[in-house]
Amino acid sequence: MISIKNISKWYGSFQVLTDCSTEVAKGEVVVVCGPSGSGKSTLIKCVNALEPFQKGSITVDGVSVGDPKTDLPKLRSRIGMVFQNFELFPHMTVTENLMLAQVKVLGRSADEARQRGLKLLDRVGLIAHKDKYPGQLSGGQQQRVAIARALSMDPIAMLFDEPTSALDPEMINEVLDVMVDLAKEGMTMMVVTHEMGFARKVAHRVIFMDAGKIVEDAKKDDFFGTPRSERAQLFLSKILHH
Amino acid sequence: MHYDFDVIERSVGYLFREGMTFTLTLTALAMVGGIFFGTLLAMMRLSRFQWLSIPAGAYVNLMRSVPLVMVIFWFFFLMPYIGAWVTGSKELVRVGAWTSAVVTFTMFEAAYYCEIMRAGIQSIPRGQVWSGYALGLNYWQTMGKIVLPQAFRNMLPVLLTQTIILFQDTSLVYVISATDFFGAAAKVANRDYRLVEMYTFAAVVYFIMSYGLSTLVKQMQDRIAIIR
Repeated sequence: MISIKNISKWYGSFQVLTDCSTEVAKGEVVVVCGPSGSGKSTLIKCVNALEPFQKGSITVDGVSVGDPKTDLPKLRSRIGMVFQNFELFPHMTVTENLMLAQVKVLGRSADEARQRGLKLLDRVGLIAHKDKYPGQLSGGQQQRVAIARALSMDPIAMLFDEPTSALDPEMINEVLDVMVDLAKEGMTMMVVTHEMGFARKVAHRVIFMDAGKIVEDAKKDDFFGTPRSERAQLFLSKILHH
Repeated sequence: MHYDFDVIERSVGYLFREGMTFTLTLTALAMVGGIFFGTLLAMMRLSRFQWLSIPAGAYVNLMRSVPLVMVIFWFFFLMPYIGAWVTGSKELVRVGAWTSAVVTFTMFEAAYYCEIMRAGIQSIPRGQVWSGYALGLNYWQTMGKIVLPQAFRNMLPVLLTQTIILFQDTSLVYVISATDFFGAAAKVANRDYRLVEMYTFAAVVYFIMSYGLSTLVKQMQDRIAIIR
């Protein structure tokens, strides 16, 4: 589904990604972890071309992301993305947030878009808040709306960029629960997160990055059982035992 | 010295019907046009394409570096030539003071509104643009539905403050003999030789309107601060 081949990226002369390659198969859940500044967020943003890359190639469902001839808006509309800071549109109500891209990008009628949006809002348990503005919701609620908004586009895959990092601890689980349900339904997911509990529960594979390189790309059980690299062992021991 | 304040009462109908109508219409048109072109200029200045950002930057810097009164003069005398060039006619195209004023003020104010809108656009977090793109919206949809509405709301007090300055600046059309509020007052003042009375009255009117508006803007600013 998502194929990343030998990606390298520079900011000026500073190299942020070095020769990263991996695959995410249909229905697979891949967790990307690693210390901050290791390039995980940059890598995931390359997948839907929010960040350009200078070398290598990425294809999503057979469509090349880096090809200048690719219809990027169309490709992006098929890949859902959830951000660290939710990024709901603060000047629109929750319902309007859910409807905007469905109407503008997919060409759905307002009624159809509203129905689809509200159904998903109900699914994340927030139907009572449909007429509120994002600023009136808690962080956890905003993030669940953001997930519903991404799902309203009927994506073939979902990207999560540290979806719980900006949340208060007591709100993390409500968001993770939604993500676990999605994973169990067979959604293809690439998730940048430090939530190792989530990784243990639903991930198929775990990718560990450090200093712009993919250091380890292993099946979940292998990763948590016997990580091969010293760097990954150290990282795990630090975040799992405290 | 004898002051004759009756001259105000005698001319007040003319001052407002002719003069203030001109002033307010010019202010409104230049504001709408200036914000429209200013927003386009701001988008150009922020473009990653140099062929858009460099000309826009040059235009804005030029307009902000020359006195308005000079631009008014310059445009008034140049418009007939530009008109002839655009329409391809051999003869000069006659342009009235009104048309010339509207075009000049729109173009001049666009440079100032541009800088306000540029700050407004830059105040919107990068993530908002990303999330628009990630949903499949294109540049114009992301700008039109997500960035500009927020930028506009954030900058509304500053845009209105600039409009108050514009309202005062419109009195400069006096130099091309257009009859705005100040021009009307000047005409009466000279006709009846009541300079002190008329100019004092004009100043009081400008003060009340500008000060009243800026008080409203201040209140609006406080309200926006609460919403954000």
